[in-house]
Amino acid sequence: MARRESPEVNAGSMADIAFLLLIFFLVTTTIDVDKGITVKLPPWSDEPPPEMKLNERNVYSVLVNANDELLVRGQLMPPRDLRENTKKFIANPMGAANMAESPKKAIISLKNDRGTSYEAYIQVYNELKAAYRELWDDEADKRFGKVYNDLHIDQKRELRADIPLVISEAEPTSFGEER
Amino acid sequence: MAKINRGKGRGTPKISTASLPDIIFILLFFFMVVTVMKDSELKVQVNYPYATELQKLEKKSLVSYIYMGVPAKRFQRKYGSAPRMQLNDSFAEIKDLKLFIEQERAKLREAERARMTASIRADKDVTMGIVTDVKIELRKINQLKVNYSSKPRTDDL
Repeated sequence: MARRESPEVNAGSMADIAFLLLIFFLVTTTIDVDKGITVKLPPWSDEPPPEMKLNERNVYSVLVNANDELLVRGQLMPPRDLRENTKKFIANPMGAANMAESPKKAIISLKNDRGTSYEAYIQVYNELKAAYRELWDDEADKRFGKVYNDLHIDQKRELRADIPLVISEAEPTSFGEER
Repeated sequence: MAKINRGKGRGTPKISTASLPDIIFILLFFFMVVTVMKDSELKVQVNYPYATELQKLEKKSLVSYIYMGVPAKRFQRKYGSAPRMQLNDSFAEIKDLKLFIEQERAKLREAERARMTASIRADKDVTMGIVTDVKIELRKINQLKVNYSSKPRTDDL
């Protein structure tokens, strides 16, 4: 049985088809990846929160006002110093009397006005989170000789139990003009 | 023509285009992998703020987007220039958020619902007022996992 050679398919238009597909994907997709600061909000309750007796030395009050100025414990602070100062407050390596008794007891209290710009708020929130991340990194290095992100989930949990991230956000005051 | 060329051995030889589709396909696959589908047309102008402590949002299907910003130029005559919220493809009020989140939840399987993230994509010049309203509403409907979309920052403050 003499089999006939099947005729070759012309692949010349293949490039055009692929081009069309390529252009379709270029148009319908975006290149930006979803990245951001992940936050867990506290659950809502209609009752006012119970009055808590907090030792004042354990509370680090951070206020971003409507002029995007940063007030930490009532004093102006440039945003670039916030990270270092927060770390110092939480870890309190010198055992200062006006800083946290222990990292477990430290509470960061963040407050903003309605007129605060989102950019300033994110900047401050980012610095607070970065302070915790750096503390975790230091501690992870001390205990396990690794970066925090490379730790096993149990090790992470253990670390976070010792240095818990507590950023409490108060209801914003309605100062400042809204656009 | 061809005969003459062959005969005299002059003229440039034809370049083979057989591998061209393959090259284009590689390009195509590259774009398919690195890009994500556009989910909705933006009606508000959003310039993301910069941050360093970024986490990647893994599963696209578990994320619902809340856009906030000044309406785009072509909508300003109708909607003004005050920051507005956009859900899906249209402008929305704070009260619409509840329905939106519930619809997004309904799309997911029950086991996945707790892992849903609300991605707040707000313009950096928006004031915290509108953002706070959204945050309170999200807390009321028990959507507590929130992500503030931002771009990576490389320089110091």
